[in-house]
Amino acid sequence: MKVITANFVTCAVKECKTSPASFPLHFHDAELEQQELEFQPEFIRNVIPRIDWEALRATANELGFPSLPDAKPEGEALENEQTMRDLHRMLLETHVSEGKLVCGNCNHAYMIKEGIANFLLPSHLGEIYS
Amino acid sequence: MLPTPDTSHVSFDTIYEPSEDSYLFLDTLASDSESKWLSARFPNQSTSPLVVEVGTGSGVVLAFTAAQSEKIFGRRDILTLGTDVNRNACIATRETATTAIKAEQQPTPQSIHISSLTADLCAPLRPGSVDVLLFNPPYVPTEDLPRLPSAKDNDPATAEAMSRSDKFDNDSYFLSLTYAGGADGMETTDRLLEAIPGVLSARGVAYVLLCKQNKPEEVKDRIRAWGWQAESVGSSGMQAGWEKLVIVRIWREDHS
Repeated sequence: MKVITANFVTCAVKECKTSPASFPLHFHDAELEQQELEFQPEFIRNVIPRIDWEALRATANELGFPSLPDAKPEGEALENEQTMRDLHRMLLETHVSEGKLVCGNCNHAYMIKEGIANFLLPSHLGEIYS
Repeated sequence: MLPTPDTSHVSFDTIYEPSEDSYLFLDTLASDSESKWLSARFPNQSTSPLVVEVGTGSGVVLAFTAAQSEKIFGRRDILTLGTDVNRNACIATRETATTAIKAEQQPTPQSIHISSLTADLCAPLRPGSVDVLLFNPPYVPTEDLPRLPSAKDNDPATAEAMSRSDKFDNDSYFLSLTYAGGADGMETTDRLLEAIPGVLSARGVAYVLLCKQNKPEEVKDRIRAWGWQAESVGSSGMQAGWEKLVIVRIWREDHS
């Protein structure tokens, strides 16, 4: 599971969707793997505008990456090769292979095993919430 | 003809084997009319589209979309994500997608498969995040709808501890999830349709496959009643003057 995924997922419990605390989910005990991928500056430039920057900053911090700039790169900052390379490495080359994603609203922990996160709810949550 | 992604690594004990419906999906997405429509909807200067397939099975449809993104979208910078209730299908999809991308997109740029998630439909997806949603549902009318698997059903340790007959029952259960659609074959599709307005982005579009017994004309009328558009954009197998399978495109006209 590539790190960028955290920017597109939230808690599977319906009632949590409206709570700001359910996004982003929080990584716990994450084991990271690097898988090399050719640097594609154009691609990163087209991906950045759709990233929720505040959420990404939180994710980067939890995973132990160096702090991201306060503001999302725009205009000239998108031409800075080092910034683009750093984002490429974190968003697309870094995989979370083991660990948990935890909802800040209901505290449910979604397990990640061999890079596959399991968002199926235990039957008691399913019964209550769906 | 564009090559079909390789699925020779997939064990079909619990996973749907690519069939007529899967191939109709590939042909529809790569048709001149759909690729023209999608290229106009997601022009090159716009942000990279996130393509999500729900119920990926072997991953053949999502892998094809990723690997043939140049033909389908006129661009290679697409992100793909798959969900399936079967963990084995998620593992299979990841490999099918990454293999197909490597085989078809040299040199770079390449599409990027970001993850395969074990999940019920779109449950973990952030509202408003999906640009293209693909769904080849369990559409066969059946008396009962199989129960939804829980996190425990997908624990690799549970499967390892099974006796031979338990494994057989478990495999049959997971296979039933790939086709059994309950009343009119629509029980799962109805839940997916309900999720569409919430999960799609403003420019988002969904492609949903239906069979004749699903009553596609009624389904389209229901969607239009939301103020959305719904059109059949692919079909196969004539039966008594009706198409056996159709793919319906679902979108909002006033997106920009």
